[in-house]
Amino acid sequence: MSALDKYIVTEHDVLIIGAGGAGLRAAVESSAHGVRTAVICKSLLGKAHTVMAEGGMAAAMGNVDDRDSWEVHFADTMRGGGYLNNPVMAEHHAREAPSRVRELESWGAVFDRTKDGKILQRNFGGHRYPRLAHVGDRTGLEMLRTLQDHGIHQGLDIYMEMTVAALLTSGGRVVGAYGYDRERGRMRVWRAGAVVLATGGIGKAFRITSNSWEYTGDGQALAYEVGAELQDMEFVQFHPTGMVWPPSVRGILVTEGVRGEGGVLRNSEGRRFMFDDIPELYRNQVAKDEDEGWRYVTGDKHAQRPPELLTRDHIARCINREIKAGRGSPHGGVFLDIGWIKERMPNASEHIKKKLPSMYHQFKELAGVDITAEAMEVGPTTHYVMGGIRVDGNTQMCNIPGLFAAGEVAAGLHGSNRLGGNSLSDLLVFGQRAGEHAAKFAKSNPAADVDVAQLERETARALEPFDRPNGENPYSIQHDLQNVMQDLVGIVRTQSEMEQALDRIGGLNARSEKTGVVGHREFNPGWHTAIDLRNLLTVAEAVTRAALDRKESRGAQFRDDFPTKSDECSTFNTVISKGGDGAMKLERRPISKMRPELTAIIEKNK
Amino acid sequence: MASHTANSTESDTRTVVFRIWRGDVNGGQFVVYPVEVTQGMVVLDCVHKIQAEQAQDLACRWNCKAGKCGSCSAEINGKPSLMCMTRMDMMPVGEEIMVEPMQAFPIIRDLVTDVSWNFEVKKKIKPFKPRKPDNADGSWTVYQADVERAQEFRKCIECFLCQDVCHVLRDHHKHDEFIGPRSMVFTAALEMNPLDTEDRLADLKNRDGIGYCNITKCCTKVCPEHIAITDNAIIPLKERVVDEFYDPITRLFRMFRPKS
Repeated sequence: MSALDKYIVTEHDVLIIGAGGAGLRAAVESSAHGVRTAVICKSLLGKAHTVMAEGGMAAAMGNVDDRDSWEVHFADTMRGGGYLNNPVMAEHHAREAPSRVRELESWGAVFDRTKDGKILQRNFGGHRYPRLAHVGDRTGLEMLRTLQDHGIHQGLDIYMEMTVAALLTSGGRVVGAYGYDRERGRMRVWRAGAVVLATGGIGKAFRITSNSWEYTGDGQALAYEVGAELQDMEFVQFHPTGMVWPPSVRGILVTEGVRGEGGVLRNSEGRRFMFDDIPELYRNQVAKDEDEGWRYVTGDKHAQRPPELLTRDHIARCINREIKAGRGSPHGGVFLDIGWIKERMPNASEHIKKKLPSMYHQFKELAGVDITAEAMEVGPTTHYVMGGIRVDGNTQMCNIPGLFAAGEVAAGLHGSNRLGGNSLSDLLVFGQRAGEHAAKFAKSNPAADVDVAQLERETARALEPFDRPNGENPYSIQHDLQNVMQDLVGIVRTQSEMEQALDRIGGLNARSEKTGVVGHREFNPGWHTAIDLRNLLTVAEAVTRAALDRKESRGAQFRDDFPTKSDECSTFNTVISKGGDGAMKLERRPISKMRPELTAIIEKNK
Repeated sequence: MASHTANSTESDTRTVVFRIWRGDVNGGQFVVYPVEVTQGMVVLDCVHKIQAEQAQDLACRWNCKAGKCGSCSAEINGKPSLMCMTRMDMMPVGEEIMVEPMQAFPIIRDLVTDVSWNFEVKKKIKPFKPRKPDNADGSWTVYQADVERAQEFRKCIECFLCQDVCHVLRDHHKHDEFIGPRSMVFTAALEMNPLDTEDRLADLKNRDGIGYCNITKCCTKVCPEHIAITDNAIIPLKERVVDEFYDPITRLFRMFRPKS
């Protein structure tokens, strides 16, 4: 009898953890390179968080405005990211996104069309030209379904409803993963030559979030545990428009597409407050009055964007300011009004239902609000983490040989703030790259033996909570952590609050060692929460430490005690790794050097 | 449909009694849980509250909590519904609320069923096969009017509520002979995609059991995406099958037309 007999062991060349846009795109690519590819889904196939993406995928195809080009997209992405982005990634992204979108069409995606029969593109915050290929406001669903339906015919091994609890390493490289299946609670080992992490974000560390239960920072924490570096973790995007009422839907996303179609933000006095504060970097790109803003959203090429289409970080802060100044809506948000466009166009109500069908549906059914007639109440919601695993900009491999990362779990493309629409294109561009390079790596690095002692340790750790039926309730620890992060490391940060947060996270870490679960291992959500909690605590600490160290306000990070950008802080990325003593180690790493041609493109587009 | 809550702030809490089916393949029973319900809550919120406070190991699926992923399908007071889109203030006041798993699929645990059959069926349907690109850059010229039919079907979130309510599957267990409304919608999306060149009509007739559907439209009624499943997907597919295989003139033509 072998020591592995108590595990279900499978062997693959490339193992992909995560089945959202990045994971499935990586899987399609990897299998196209002729290697045995497996995908692990935390939920059922096709339910990943990508289905929630609404607005579209950014790609400079120039279908609506032929002045667009990869250079302008590159410059927009860098400006939006406060120039902390990895320029290599920003260049690949801007150059390759159009082909990735067209490829999706060849696999069956059905995009909205222009009058002359091309893929339609819409305006979005921070993008100079209409750039987002879309399908109404359900673009993520279209993308995920297309990849899923294409992928199932590529000979992939798909493991649904399984969770990875640890990465396995041997001889300094990754050799597979260890985890369990939800249905029966059986322990599993996936041996592999290369592993791609595509697990998404960390939104569940916060109380108010647009993210689903799966978003517990799994990939970031798994990689950190085996020595990978996490970069830019301080930059957590608070999307300016989440639902605020009723309480049970608080945080659910209201797409930026509402503003792309002409929606405006007003305070309780009826004032379009976004006109009151235009950031310096965008001074030349904003409409001078409401009339020019409307002309922009209806396609006038000589008009500049309305201030509602500035970047998310800025809008979230303006909304926060209005609420704090007592000019908010009855339930602690501000008003987002799309119904007003009936003053400007005939059939506005039909137009809104056609362009924003799921928003119409969501407000009608969950809040009893008809968005064609009434304003929505909206406020900031935790949406996305720009930071993540530090990777090579060409291959997506991190500092651990054989370990790749793509999509939200990876850092670099978005710098300190992500532009809307750059996420779906990120998933495609870097999913493809990670899949290709992981396949190449696996061809010369076959699966190696796993360390049985490591498996035994992990199993003991995973099953411990069953020995403490009266232990700490994992749900209440998660709840307490969400309050700490929301209240102390949220949209406005200060040193003293974040120091308090670190203290509290320390206490929660201690409690998490004593979690108890009841029942058995079959489909037991209490047990799953106890395991996910370890990852959430790791990423929460990383976010807080990085945010404390960056003594400036840039992109998504706003420090009340350091309210402006600092030149000194524009020179480094924050890098976190596990120190030899097991404690979190933080370094400042100089930002990536840029080729002179790229610097020139940025200058030209200022 | 909804009562208007946007302008009220008072938190009128009430206690609602839930009866939730707990069990597995060996059997189970309804278990009673009283829940404090506040304004705006949906059934899924109540299930989460029960998990957090009374039954940590109560199994259910969910992801987006906004009607976009189709994970939290269950039967609420006997009606196949998404738990995240069923508002408590739409439920009859003073009555117990019964939540049980979908009946058309094998049980795993509590509210979780084994829906893998749906994935297997999908794999058998011939995949998308586009015509050659119209343009040098690999793109196609297609107009909005041409894609609208397929777009309706592509709204499907694969909640499988239509499969659950379909009597051919639910009552007659014809899973081996009939692919069900969801897979019909999937096939319709491919057949009505203007770029697609594949022919799935023989499969629909012979393998997929399109004849089993007798147009009771139960599937349409439970669809959370409001897809007109019967009228826009299944009936047009039935018509195409009839035109192809039963129309005497077409049959005559086919006798003289070489099969491509």
